[in-house]
Amino acid sequence: MTDILGRLFDFAGTGALLRLPFVQTALLAAAVLGLIAGLLAPLIVTRGMAFAVHGTSELGFAGGAAALVAGVNVGFGAVVGALFAAVVFGLLGLRQRERDSVIGVVLAFGLGLGVLLLALYQGRSVNKFGLLTGSIVSVDSNNLWLLTGCAVVVVGTLLVCYRQLLFASADPEVAAARGVPVRVLSMVFAVLIGLSTALAVPAVGAILVLAVMVTPGAAAARVSSNPVVVTVLAVVFAEFSLVGGVLLSLGPGIPISGYVATLIFLCYLGCRLFARFRRPAVLLASR
Amino acid sequence: MTTLGASLRPNEPGPGPGRLPSGAPGQERPPAPRSESPAGVPAVELHGARMALGERVLWDGLDLRIEAGEFVAVLGPNGSGKTTLLKVLLGQRELTGGTVRINGRAPGGAGTRVGYIPQQQAMDVDVPLRARDLVGLGLDGHRLGLRIGRRARRERIDRVNTALAAVGATGYANSPAGRLSGGEQQRLRVAQALVGDPSVLLCDEPLLSLDLANQRVVSELIDQRRTEAATAVLFVTHEINPVLPLVDRVLYLVNGQFRVGTPDEVMTTEVLSELYRTQVDVLRVRDRLVVVGAEDPGCHREHTA
Repeated sequence: MTDILGRLFDFAGTGALLRLPFVQTALLAAAVLGLIAGLLAPLIVTRGMAFAVHGTSELGFAGGAAALVAGVNVGFGAVVGALFAAVVFGLLGLRQRERDSVIGVVLAFGLGLGVLLLALYQGRSVNKFGLLTGSIVSVDSNNLWLLTGCAVVVVGTLLVCYRQLLFASADPEVAAARGVPVRVLSMVFAVLIGLSTALAVPAVGAILVLAVMVTPGAAAARVSSNPVVVTVLAVVFAEFSLVGGVLLSLGPGIPISGYVATLIFLCYLGCRLFARFRRPAVLLASR
Repeated sequence: MTTLGASLRPNEPGPGPGRLPSGAPGQERPPAPRSESPAGVPAVELHGARMALGERVLWDGLDLRIEAGEFVAVLGPNGSGKTTLLKVLLGQRELTGGTVRINGRAPGGAGTRVGYIPQQQAMDVDVPLRARDLVGLGLDGHRLGLRIGRRARRERIDRVNTALAAVGATGYANSPAGRLSGGEQQRLRVAQALVGDPSVLLCDEPLLSLDLANQRVVSELIDQRRTEAATAVLFVTHEINPVLPLVDRVLYLVNGQFRVGTPDEVMTTEVLSELYRTQVDVLRVRDRLVVVGAEDPGCHREHTA
């Protein structure tokens, strides 16, 4: 037991590792990913798109696997796959019921295709495993540029149309009545999800994209309903779990996904507990 | 079917029996159009409007001129094109014939200043909006870019606070919007529509699923706006009684036929029987209208209950 714990929490080499360039790159990648995941997560939760994010990540996985087989950049393959899924889901608009079944269909296909492609791949098995469970240390400077470029696109788009996106996500009917291009924004948002998901797949793995793209928003929405506070909290939670996950994983040399998923889950639990004990007071104060 | 709409001005004050209960806000007549809207330009103008869905014609040859401060109720069974008419006025749908103008401009465009109140729907409990954020989106949620400048922010907060106070929502301004009651949410909807200072208010069944007390509150808030700011109101409903004292004119749509006129002109046994092409009886019971025999099952349940 202590043996396992000792393996999970091993900081002996962490200090030395932090001086290595590839570790610094990984930390930077985690920070950039945390920023975009935290910014998008509240909107994803508001739009009820958690399942769509999962579907998108499986297509990102299939795209990454295809890239491995074809011998091209995995990140690039993931972007193509995830964008394809994002466009399909975006065209479906906001109607939850029909969307769910289509996402299920596309998700299963993407996962199956990805597994098939991985079986065809003859290279290093760590590359295969990395797509599913993530290995942020595999992020090289090329990928860091891709990541930063996408982050600029995401942040830039949000700066321009955050209010419209919030309106269209939280209150679609009135937003449409006020002339907000709800359908176009649905596409725009799907593309943002596609980009961010694709970047998250190589880093945290296809299976755990939900942990960084949805949980921060779900946690933050438990403790506040002020959109600005929710977004700031979501970014803080995402950074905490991603950067924290990288730091914890360095010593033991284990994939970061387990650490990230656990840290963000703790954030979520904490938020639920906080909301539970605080809510009566707020309700009293507000009436 | 002949229409009275094209030539009709806001009707004269001669109320029919029981039409205006004493003390109701509807007793005041609509004030003259405000100076800001050019003289003679109606709030809403439909001319020869036609809407067809494939083979089916919802309405054709619809002439309707709504002046500033006028309250027009749109009635009719499900599927008669009431909501479609709203979508045309919101610029979400194109007419298949005729013309439509709001304040003399094309609908959906800039400068039309249209407020919209939807029917009450349960909001997601965890929606990341406080009551004031929901109202604020009505003010500038359609704009691009960020809010810049302290003065602009200050002014925005003031306008939102004013709108919240006007509907009596100051007490829950900072509460999560998703956790409020249906009546509270619907008051916010009114504030959300009014905060943009609309010259035309389009309401799609705003009283549906509200209890009687909240129906009264919401309809009085809407009426207050049109008497104070001469906002024209187009009010889609399948139940005229809660707003009967406020209504200047009725647009009644049934199966491609329609009639425009005062409630006394339209809500009669003869007119409705002709519209529905079957025997329909309209009874007056105190201040209420009871319509018997309009066969659409979902439509007149409240009338006959």
